[in-house]
Amino acid sequence: MTDNRIDYYPTHEHEGIKFRRGHTLPFGATMVANGVNFSIYSSASTSCTLVLFERGEAEPFAEIPFPDEFRIGNVYSMIVFELNYERLEYGYRMDGPYNPAAGLRFNKSLILSDPYAKVIGGRDTWLNKPNWDNVYQYRSRLAFEDFDWEHDHPLETPIEDLVIYEMHVRGFTKHESSGVKNPGTFSAIRSKVAYLKELGINCVELLPIYEFDEWENSRESPTTGEVLVNYWGYSTVNFFAPKAGYAATGKFGMQVDEVKTLIKELHKSGIEVMLDVVFNHTAEGDHRGPTISFRGIDNKTYYMLTPEGYYFNFSGTGNTLNCNNPVVRNMVLDCLRYWASEYHIDGFRFDLAAILGRAQDGRPLSNPPLLESLAFDPILAKCKLIAEAWDAGGLYQVGSFPAYGRWAEWNGKYRDSVRKFLKSDPGEVGGMIQRVMGSPDLYSLRGPTASINFITCHDGFSLYDMFAYNEKHNEANGENNNDGANDNNSWNCGWEGETSDPAINFLRHKQVKNALAILLVSQGVPMVLMGDEVGRTQKGNNNTYCQDNDLNWFDWTQQETNADLYNFARGMINFRRVHPVLRSPTHFQYWDYVGSGYPDISFHGTKAWNCDRSASSRSFAFLLCGDHAKQGIVKDDMVYVAMNMYWGGLHFELPALPPEKKWYLFANTDMPSPVDIYENGQESLLANQSDFLVGSRSVVILIGK
Amino acid sequence: MSFTILAEAKKIAKITLTGEIDSLSAREFQKEIEKMAAESPDELVLFVENLTFISSAGLRVLIFAKQKMGSGLAIYIVKPQESVIETLEKTGLQHSVNIVDQYL
Repeated sequence: MTDNRIDYYPTHEHEGIKFRRGHTLPFGATMVANGVNFSIYSSASTSCTLVLFERGEAEPFAEIPFPDEFRIGNVYSMIVFELNYERLEYGYRMDGPYNPAAGLRFNKSLILSDPYAKVIGGRDTWLNKPNWDNVYQYRSRLAFEDFDWEHDHPLETPIEDLVIYEMHVRGFTKHESSGVKNPGTFSAIRSKVAYLKELGINCVELLPIYEFDEWENSRESPTTGEVLVNYWGYSTVNFFAPKAGYAATGKFGMQVDEVKTLIKELHKSGIEVMLDVVFNHTAEGDHRGPTISFRGIDNKTYYMLTPEGYYFNFSGTGNTLNCNNPVVRNMVLDCLRYWASEYHIDGFRFDLAAILGRAQDGRPLSNPPLLESLAFDPILAKCKLIAEAWDAGGLYQVGSFPAYGRWAEWNGKYRDSVRKFLKSDPGEVGGMIQRVMGSPDLYSLRGPTASINFITCHDGFSLYDMFAYNEKHNEANGENNNDGANDNNSWNCGWEGETSDPAINFLRHKQVKNALAILLVSQGVPMVLMGDEVGRTQKGNNNTYCQDNDLNWFDWTQQETNADLYNFARGMINFRRVHPVLRSPTHFQYWDYVGSGYPDISFHGTKAWNCDRSASSRSFAFLLCGDHAKQGIVKDDMVYVAMNMYWGGLHFELPALPPEKKWYLFANTDMPSPVDIYENGQESLLANQSDFLVGSRSVVILIGK
Repeated sequence: MSFTILAEAKKIAKITLTGEIDSLSAREFQKEIEKMAAESPDELVLFVENLTFISSAGLRVLIFAKQKMGSGLAIYIVKPQESVIETLEKTGLQHSVNIVDQYL
C-alpha cells in the first residue's frame, strides 16, 4: 500500500505535523500515498492556513500556515502526512483585505469549508439540533473512492424513451405508511424500487441532494406551530458532497456509499438517476448572510457583484453564483464530471439555468461559455442536460435557451397550455396541437427531445390540487399567503378544497387522468411529479418548500384509497413504453414518408380529417401512424387520441383504418375504474368502428391493430 | 478401467472480531487480511458475534479483502449483531458477503 517514492517524504514540520509542498491540481483534498494533498484557489487573499480537526472536536488539533513557497499562481497546496483519513475534518482560514466595495470580504477569524470538499460534516442527521456555538459548522471531510460498482455504468437510455419521476429523497418514504426501515433516506428508496418499476418510470430526478442546511431560515409555522425548515434544499452549502441528513448512515459519515448503493440498485432495474443541481446561488445569501465557504475564500470570484460590491440577486435568494467566471466555470465542470464519473449519474436538471448564461456583470450572453463547455464536455458527453430555462431576474428562455444541440428544457409553455386546455379555456387547441407534437413551434431545429413535458413539478400545486383549488392556500408557510405563484391555471371543479360530493370527486379524478393521459401521449419527454400517480395533495399549498410533513410526504395508503388513479397512471406509463410511436426522436412531418397511406401524424375533430382550431373549440383528436414509429424504423399500432374539454359529450367520427385493422379501446377517462383503462394487449374491440362518443371533459385513446 | 479421485482442500481463513472496528482498529484488521491474502484462501470467515460496531473504515477492509484476494473469495460473516447487519445493508455490502448464523 505504502508508496515510498522519494517525492512523498516530508520536508517541513509544524507542531509535530509533517508536510511538504503539494500538487496544485486537483483542487480539494486528495488522498496520496501516506498523506493528503490539499489544494485551494484564492485570487485575492494574502495568506492561507490549513486547519485540521479530529472529527467532531470543538478545537482544531493543528493549524498549518501555507509557507509562501507553497503558493503557485493563486493556488495554495500542501501534502500533510500521517493523517487519519476517516476521522479528519479540515478547513481554511483566508487572510486578506476586508473591503466590500471592492468585492473583498476576507476574515481570518472564520474557518471556511473547502468548495471542493467531497463530504461535509455538521448536519449529519436530519433536524438534529446543531451546536450553533461551533466555530466550524460545515466541516470538510475526505471521501473514499473505492466503491464496488461491479459492472455498473450510466444507462444511456435514449432521452425520448425516458419517463422522468421527480422525487424528493426524504418525502418519498418519510410517511409512516411507507413501511420501510430508515424512512426518509437514500437507503429507504431501495425498498421501493419495485414500486417504481411497476409504475413503469425509468428515470428518477432527485430534488437537490447536494449538502444544504435544513435549518436555514427555520421558524415556527403560524398555523400549526411546527418548525418550518428548508425542505426542498435549493440552497447549496457544497456542490460535491451529498446531503448527509438524507442518509441513514450520515451519522457514521457513510453517505457517499449509501448514495452509490442506491444508484447501483436503480440502474439494475433500468432506472436512470438524474440530479436537480443548483448552480445559480449558494446558501451564503446576501451581505447579511453567513460566511460558510465561497464568500470568505474568494468573494469576487464566486459571486456576481454590483459595482458597489453588493450581490446581484438573479436567483431571488440573495446572491448569484458567478458562473461565467472561468474559475467558477471550471468548478461547475469539475463538479458535474465528478458526479457523472464517481456516482454514475445519468443526467442533470439545472435549476434557474438562465443564470448560467449571464456574463459576470449580469448581461445575458449570446454564446455563454459555461453552457457550451457543458454541452461539449468529454465526460458529460452521454449525460442528459436539462435547463430550467428562466431565472428570477426576468430572463425567460423557453424555446431559445442556448442549446448547442445538447440541452433540453423544462417546457413551461407545455405546462401552461395543458393546464388551460384542461380547465376548458377557449383558444387553446392551436397551442395544444404544438404541445402534443413536442412543441415544434419552440424546438423546430432541436426536435421533440428538447422538450421536457410536465404539468406539475415540486414548485406549485400537485396534480390533484390543480383540480381541487382555484387559489393557493399557503398560510402554513408563515408569509400571510403572499408567497408562491398566483397564475396556477387551476380549477377546483366547483368546490374549493375537500368535499364529499361524489360528482365533484369523480370529475377531479377524471381530470387527473386526463392530465396523465395527455402528458403520456405527447411527443417529448414526460415528467411526473412524485405522488401525482396516487392523487397526492398539498391541501392547496403551492409553495411547500418549508413543509417537512404530510403536505409533502408521499402517503402510501393512497395507493389503495386512490387505486383508480394509480392504476390509470401505471397503465398510461406502460402504454407509452409499449408504443414507440409515442416516442419519436425527431419531429413529425405531416406526410407519409414510408408509404403506409397515412401521414405520420394527422389531426381530427368531431369530423375525421377535420380539426377545428378556432378560438371556441375545446376539443381535437390526433392519429399517429404506427408505421412511422421511430422515423419508420419500427412498426407500431395506429394510436388515436381524442381530447374533449368541452362541458358536453361530443361524437368523434373515427378516421378509417386499413381494411385489415380494427379499432380497440385502450382508455376512456369518462368511465369508472377499472373500465377506464385496459391492460396493454387486452384492449377492447369497439362495436362501432366509425364513431365514438367522447364524454364531457374526457380523453379517449384507441389503438388500431 | 481407470479410477481417479480429484480432491482439493478448501483453504479457509478465519478471523474473530470483537468490540468495535473504528478507524484505528480497522488498520489492524487490514494488516491481518493482508497477511492472510498471501495464503490465497477460498473463504474468509469472520466470527463477529461480539462485534458491536463497524465503521466505514471497517467496511472498507471487506472491500479491500475482495480486491486483494480476488472476486472468487467467499466472505462469511457469522452471527452479526443487528447494528452490524444494518450497517452492511444500508451501504449495500450485504450483497457482497454471506451473512450466516453459523459456519459449518
